[in-house]
Amino acid sequence: MPQSLQITAAAPDPALLDLPWDVPLDEWPDKVLAALPRGISRHVVRFVKMSGRVIAVKEIGETVAFREYELLRALQRLRVPSVVPVGVVNGRRDADGERLETCLVTQHLQFSLPYRALFSQQLQPETITRLVDALAVLLVRLHLTGFYWGDVSLSNTLFRRDAETFAAYLVDAETGDLHDRLSDGQRAYDLEVARVNIIGELMDLEAGELLESGVDTIAIGAALVERYTDLWDTLTGAESFSTGERWRVAARIEQLNRLGFDVGELDITTDVDGTTVHIQPKVVDAGHHSRRLMRLTGLDVQENQARRLLNDLDSYAAATDRQGEEEEFVAHDWLTTVFEPTVRAVPRELRGKLEPAQMFHEILDHRWYISSEQGRDVPLPEAVASYVEQVLRQRPDEQSVLGVSDTAVLPVIKD
Amino acid sequence: MATVTYDHATRLYPGTDRPAVDALNLHIEDGEFLVLVGPSGCGKSTSLRMLAGLEDVNAGRILIGDCDVTDVQPKDRDIAMVFQNYALYPHMSVADNMGFALKIAGTPKADIRKRVEEAAKILDLTEYLDRKPKALSGGQRQRVAMGRAIVRQPQVFLMDEPLSNLDAKLRVQTRTQIASLQRRLGVTTVYVTHDQTEALTMGDRIAVLKDGLLQQVGTPREMYDTPSNVFVAGFIGSPAMNIGSFRVTDDAAQLGQTRIPLERSVLSAITPEDKGHITIGFRPESLDVVTQAQEGAFPVEVNLVEELGSDAFVYGAIKNAGAEAREMHSGAGDAQVIVRVDPRQVPMKGDTVWVAIRPGERHAFSSSTGQRIAVV
Repeated sequence: MPQSLQITAAAPDPALLDLPWDVPLDEWPDKVLAALPRGISRHVVRFVKMSGRVIAVKEIGETVAFREYELLRALQRLRVPSVVPVGVVNGRRDADGERLETCLVTQHLQFSLPYRALFSQQLQPETITRLVDALAVLLVRLHLTGFYWGDVSLSNTLFRRDAETFAAYLVDAETGDLHDRLSDGQRAYDLEVARVNIIGELMDLEAGELLESGVDTIAIGAALVERYTDLWDTLTGAESFSTGERWRVAARIEQLNRLGFDVGELDITTDVDGTTVHIQPKVVDAGHHSRRLMRLTGLDVQENQARRLLNDLDSYAAATDRQGEEEEFVAHDWLTTVFEPTVRAVPRELRGKLEPAQMFHEILDHRWYISSEQGRDVPLPEAVASYVEQVLRQRPDEQSVLGVSDTAVLPVIKD
Repeated sequence: MATVTYDHATRLYPGTDRPAVDALNLHIEDGEFLVLVGPSGCGKSTSLRMLAGLEDVNAGRILIGDCDVTDVQPKDRDIAMVFQNYALYPHMSVADNMGFALKIAGTPKADIRKRVEEAAKILDLTEYLDRKPKALSGGQRQRVAMGRAIVRQPQVFLMDEPLSNLDAKLRVQTRTQIASLQRRLGVTTVYVTHDQTEALTMGDRIAVLKDGLLQQVGTPREMYDTPSNVFVAGFIGSPAMNIGSFRVTDDAAQLGQTRIPLERSVLSAITPEDKGHITIGFRPESLDVVTQAQEGAFPVEVNLVEELGSDAFVYGAIKNAGAEAREMHSGAGDAQVIVRVDPRQVPMKGDTVWVAIRPGERHAFSSSTGQRIAVV
């Protein structure tokens, strides 16, 4: 009995039905495809235009597809940065009734940049460091929630700009597993796989002459391990001090906040004679600054963008002499009189180039730059106009990096 | 090269009462291909991950060779997880794709080349070494991925459902390749699958697990011919063994009007806990179509005939068994029996065929413990 097409999705979009499911994915017509750069994948993956969005479709075994779909949904619930699953399409058959492979559908992450677009020529050493940092943060966050990735690599990650840094998103959860908590062995293995994969991917760019010569690929792999280990130890390590130094509890929480983490639960114990205090964070959540900004303004942005916006909010409060006032009121005024007018001052046709928060961050940078150049305090509207003409117009559109069909010929996206 | 030993190895997840793997004792010989198989949740993957160092061992120990690795970091265990990642790098040659991990480890160039060439020879990839992966077929790419693990010359290969994301055709192809490759390399291999066909066709020995407990370990033939309990009997073999709970009357097992004579040694093994019952199993191919007159013959009413060319299977129900017919189970479901018949003489739907179990091919299990009762 021929099985019929079956779509499993939490919020199904009827437009899914219009896609040519009876054709093998690698033969889908150009008219439905969005020309996005493809990463290195062992499966057929295509980006597809649907209802004004872009979705990623991957042909993969049925059990693995459902497993990955459920895992991605679980990661969403845990608020881990990862691609959003749309659904699974199975029971596909071609015109002759031949069985076709099951498809996993995910949303394309807007404004995301595959590493191959970032690691191309004119690569600056800082860019590598920032990407590796972002990946280390993502890996720590995943491990904190009990997610074992199994195949950490740059190809399985997407990057979004986050002020002067990057935020990393998990794209491929095929080999992953969700546990209550990870053993040290699982974390160590994941990290080792990450190290070897990243070096391998960089060696590949080197072989393709897409990487500046002289970059020490092995050292970059080692840097990831170091960054991960430092962050993990800071976030989860126990420390002891004498009862007289109780200020160190608050200091530890502040330190974690500075790193962008909130402490959900802190274990505090004293030894029998009550002279020594041990503390160890038990539950830490990433997104300290982005949560605070969200609460104050409703803006949902990346962690470092939030940090930058909050700094601007602070200077706004100082400049308007409202530091003693309720923060919510000041934040509301800042949003309506500073942030929104600034973003709206950018011509509509240029707004797709960057996320609004990223644009705001760059405008602030640009204002600082021209102010010091001209030796005066350039007002924001003037800085916006200058930024649009001198910077933004020259940049490629990053909403979805369009216009390329193969990883080998990606346009260079300068940092 | 090395042996692998699980010595009362136990994994208990926090917050659970029942160990995911319960005091596993298993010795794997040097160069052996051992398959861990069982239904989902049986502990097979956990067992493999304990060996890999990905799961803590809460009690007992694990040895590779003579070395206790229970508390050794995964990367220091000299094992290779095969297939976890086989994305090939497009700008690197096939040789570099196979050898890059050695380069990272600081192995001298000449050594790398030598090991890559050796691996390529085994994998039939020699002529492709200096080409880019783009030029390779799907099967060849798979072999490059295997090459990555081979050049590292680990003591043990670990494979966790490596074929699960391949399509059916490539799966059968790769299955044969892995098995023959492992024999040529002679590297101790532990392989996890939920698919008993994969286990039977690939393993030197098979270990069947259920609920964290090792049920039986043996060669495919042993598992098939002398399953040590009802679970293994039903799990190994496709189509599955017919298994039924029979009443013991006089010197026979009885279900409805079907009487299967029992040996003295079997009868004497029945205990009061069995409450006068015995579990009888027989494989679809252990039945002969006979006449009603033969001793032990019983009638099966044909519901469906599945013709596979070389084989034909009858799916039916034991006739005149009344409510007791429900005590019969097979791969086709409750109250069903499966009979392999001569594909050139298949009965029709609705027919009644008389069948008898071939001498020596009947399995008996204790009704209370499920353990095999041997015929002495």
